[in-house]
Amino acid sequence: MSRPLWALTAHELADALRQGQVRPREAVEAVLERWQSTNTLLHAYLGVNAEAVRARAERLASQAPQGKLFGVPVAIKDNICVRAEETTCASRILRGFRPPYHATVVERLEAEGAIILGRLNMDEFAFGSSTESSAHGVTRNPWDATRIPGGSSGGSAAAVAADSAFAALGSDTGGSIRQPAAMCGVVGLKPTYGRVSRYGLIAFASSLDQIGPLAKDVTDAALLLEVIAGYDPRDSTSAEVPVPPYRERLTQGLQGLRIGIPRECFVDGLDPEVRRAVEEAIKVLRQLGAACEPTSLPHAEYAVATYYILATAEASSNLARFDGVQYGWRNAAPRGSLLEMYQRTRAEGFGAEAKRRIMLGTYVLSHGYYDAYYARALKVRTLIKQDFDRAFERFDCLVTPTAPTPAFRFGEKLEDPLSMYLSDIYTISVNLAGIPGISVPCGFSKTGLPIGLQVLAAPFQEERLLRAAYAYEQATAWHTRQPEVAETTPSR
Amino acid sequence: MPRITAEEVRVVAHLARLSLTDEEVRLFTQQLDTILDYVQQLQRLKTESVSPTTHVLPLANVLRPDQITPSLDPETVAALAPQRKGRFIQVPKIIETEPG
Repeated sequence: MSRPLWALTAHELADALRQGQVRPREAVEAVLERWQSTNTLLHAYLGVNAEAVRARAERLASQAPQGKLFGVPVAIKDNICVRAEETTCASRILRGFRPPYHATVVERLEAEGAIILGRLNMDEFAFGSSTESSAHGVTRNPWDATRIPGGSSGGSAAAVAADSAFAALGSDTGGSIRQPAAMCGVVGLKPTYGRVSRYGLIAFASSLDQIGPLAKDVTDAALLLEVIAGYDPRDSTSAEVPVPPYRERLTQGLQGLRIGIPRECFVDGLDPEVRRAVEEAIKVLRQLGAACEPTSLPHAEYAVATYYILATAEASSNLARFDGVQYGWRNAAPRGSLLEMYQRTRAEGFGAEAKRRIMLGTYVLSHGYYDAYYARALKVRTLIKQDFDRAFERFDCLVTPTAPTPAFRFGEKLEDPLSMYLSDIYTISVNLAGIPGISVPCGFSKTGLPIGLQVLAAPFQEERLLRAAYAYEQATAWHTRQPEVAETTPSR
Repeated sequence: MPRITAEEVRVVAHLARLSLTDEEVRLFTQQLDTILDYVQQLQRLKTESVSPTTHVLPLANVLRPDQITPSLDPETVAALAPQRKGRFIQVPKIIETEPG
């Protein structure tokens, strides 16, 4: 094999393992070596339990290959519970927390033979678009180490881009899978709300959160979705909708597919290089036989405001459980009341962005402001959803940029929370409407930074967006470009 | 006229069980004011006849059979607590004792 083992896609590796050309131990050693040589610079991983990973590979080696991901190492965002492995949401308040159970998605990966590789960095509690709010330090973008990887699943995107994971899971509440995927030049899929069980996902905003894959190509994203999707009695919001064989249905082509281009996504604030790349991508989709026409999402401009009311309201309630009593970290100063213990634990346990969102969420839910903010935002959410319902009466898919700009520099938006929030302008409405969305690489800036194309479809129509994304990917070569990551020997 | 005052920020912090430094109060007052100003745009929309969307799935009450299934054992759960005494989770004293 000419390429190093770690450079294979997950489906290529799964095929090689199934045919016995590669042993699970070899796959594991290759990716562990890659992790060691890239993590000092990138800091995509918070932790890898190499001993457990090797033991699992040994166990698999003694079995006949079975399962869609037999022997494939997959890495997990730090807000998805992995039994007995420290899971912190990149927050001090969960320091030392070792979940007593696996998230359903982790069980499903293991049932298909996957090897859980390690925990990936993220914005604290997924609050952010740059992974800068992690309590454990930043993750660097493999394409330019002076820039952010996007967020909040920045560790997941950076690891997949740098080939230190064959694939990864992330979570997406307002763009947290798609935006970092775009900024790191990988594929990121946010499934329909209810498509994937969230049992074991530490909640941020329960009406918006979804788990999904970050992958080296569209085939891998389809493969992972196939494994993790489906009804779970332990998550009452998971939907009893059959899971189609996504991977088999990728190759149907674009002939006759109707694609809408929302004009509201091509206005001020969109970087000219991103605009050009997306316009070129639309030309490619046309050449492949899709009928592309302009359309409108009239309430798109209200999505960020609506989201930051609803998401923070839900977050402030969800994060009330972190009080230093049942799990995680506590300020154990010997004196003081229970109230003071709560206040000190939360003041020291949460970082600035988490506090800001808890404050905003508590405020919009508080007496006297509830109707003006929260109740109104719930209604505007209906208007945003209705825009999509109408668009999908005419179109099979919608296409937009994933993010308004390529990856920005560290610190650029930290002092101005609102400007950070606006970097999710094209992804946020998708969560409010509960529809699926995918980001695929569609070009590079002059300075060599990746650009992402977002494809959207109606609820539970992942098949359609995967089909469009696959046809586009096969017609272009963006996904074959690799960043040159300077390898370093970890200092011990 | 600011949308939120330092005094309101202190009240909200108390509701959220966060003790904030004076510097945090100053910063959050200013930042929350900017964000609240931005979200005022929602007031432009007519929403009287719109019904709210709390979540997008067509789900009402989700029920399951009332059957006992295995759950985590008490020792596993108690072991997660930052402070415990035997099989109890320990917290600062809540009930004051009467003087004398």
